[in-house]
Amino acid sequence: MNVTEQDQLSYIAAQAADSRINVEIETEGMTLNIGPQHPATHGTLRIVVKLDGEQVIAAEPIAGYMHRGYEKLTEVRTYPQVTTLINRIDWLGSFANEVPFILAAEQLMEVEAPPRARWIRTILFELSRISNLTLFLGDMGIQLGAMTPVFYAFRDREHVLNQIESVTGGRFHPNFDRIGGIKDDLPAGWIDGTRSAMTRIAEFCDQMEALLLNNEIFESRTRGIGVIPADIALSYGMSGANLRASGVDWDLRRDGGDGLAYKELDWKVWTHPDGDSFARFWVRLQEVREGVKIVEQLLDGIPSGPVMAKVPRIIKVPPGEAWVETENPLGAMGYYVVSKGELVPFRVKIRSASFNNVSIASWVLRGVYVPDIITILASLYFILGDIDR
Amino acid sequence: MAEDQDEATPVDVAPEPVEVPRAYGAAIIGDDRAVLFPTVDGYIETVEALFADGFNTCIDLTAVDYLTHPGRSLPAGIEPQRLELVVSFLHHVRRERVRVRVQVDADHAVVPTLFDIFPGTESMEREVFDMFGVTFTDHPDMTRILMPESWLGHPLLKDYAVGEIPVQFKAVER
Repeated sequence: MNVTEQDQLSYIAAQAADSRINVEIETEGMTLNIGPQHPATHGTLRIVVKLDGEQVIAAEPIAGYMHRGYEKLTEVRTYPQVTTLINRIDWLGSFANEVPFILAAEQLMEVEAPPRARWIRTILFELSRISNLTLFLGDMGIQLGAMTPVFYAFRDREHVLNQIESVTGGRFHPNFDRIGGIKDDLPAGWIDGTRSAMTRIAEFCDQMEALLLNNEIFESRTRGIGVIPADIALSYGMSGANLRASGVDWDLRRDGGDGLAYKELDWKVWTHPDGDSFARFWVRLQEVREGVKIVEQLLDGIPSGPVMAKVPRIIKVPPGEAWVETENPLGAMGYYVVSKGELVPFRVKIRSASFNNVSIASWVLRGVYVPDIITILASLYFILGDIDR
Repeated sequence: MAEDQDEATPVDVAPEPVEVPRAYGAAIIGDDRAVLFPTVDGYIETVEALFADGFNTCIDLTAVDYLTHPGRSLPAGIEPQRLELVVSFLHHVRRERVRVRVQVDADHAVVPTLFDIFPGTESMEREVFDMFGVTFTDHPDMTRILMPESWLGHPLLKDYAVGEIPVQFKAVER
């Protein structure tokens, strides 16, 4: 049988048409496993997505690869020892992890930190937010293919980490907060050094804005991608900048308890009405700028006095329960501390922001395209230690 | 279960909870730190009343095993059980917090899920199942979340040992 070129072409066309019809009538999904290892996830999160073509039908985040059992470990550690462990939950803003736990213990013991300690605590709290979110701003760039921002971020974050190190002795794990105050006073010349670091961070924010926000590729890859409406964000228990990017004006620094010095300062809570990936990036950029303003104000008015209240050498916390929540870099972080009146806590529940922020992934990833998965996960901004604890 | 618990609850479940927003059909202690103590049977009604009142975020859901701490202080009429479910809610407009503490019998640890009201509790309920063995009825995916699927036992129970790995130190050579 003589097969002409014409026959071949028509055969190919018919096959192609058949396969198209098959795609429309009956599709066979593909399961794609993303992770657990990914260079940009700061740890190990696995996402299993079911795909139809390039669209996600269903996505399921699988956590637990970094579960270190801190809630169990705290039950066999004394109260001062617990801060060593919980430093490692959100490792990019580690001082901020200690604060809500210490505040909860202070609430149970009815101890109040002296004003100077409260202010230095707030400064370090805000410095950890700045160092954490600085890295996010660069990291968001590299996940979308822009190499430069992340190098700038690592370069400028180092100035903040140097300041944290010169007070606490540790870049990432300060272990500096104590029940009733802080471990030590500030070293000489620290205030001026922090001021110049803040100037650098302010410049860094302008650079990020010039590099990314005006970039057409960045805008087209983030605008309208991964939109989370406000009511969905609330019902999923989201918090922090992810919630504010959906237009909910809620910040525990302003709306929360009185443990830190934020209510005596002049600053602003930024929100964005869009709820998309761009909004989440934009809100965090403004938060770094706001953090710089907060730190500068705090540096101007550190009260004098002691940095430790009178607390017994051996800390026994009276029986009771306390729930304290603060606005950490990643969102609301809360500690539910139950005490039996012993040296060790009876139960510590660590409510970390990323655990709830990631639980929305299966909702928000439905129907998006594969490259947008990376955008959305990057903009949701989680730290794996903060999910798994 | 828990018929005796029902009788012991000081305030019965209010028939129309929305009209009495500060009661929610359960006991309240304190002003700024409001804590409710519904029974397992009245749990969903209490949460629905809270939701209708504008508590639109379930900020946390966890449990505590009180096996080695039986003498905790509870309001009169609440019979302590071994497990306690602790759920925190947040009202963004009034800036109020409410904590719901439910006594759960450890031998029959079955609690209805909040997934239909607050979908964000899905992962937190899985964590409570993983760590305490409390089963949530009608939950879409009642599996372990943090521990491996093949794990035996529920680690945060008080009768689950902390565990240790023996480390053999080498003798110092002199």
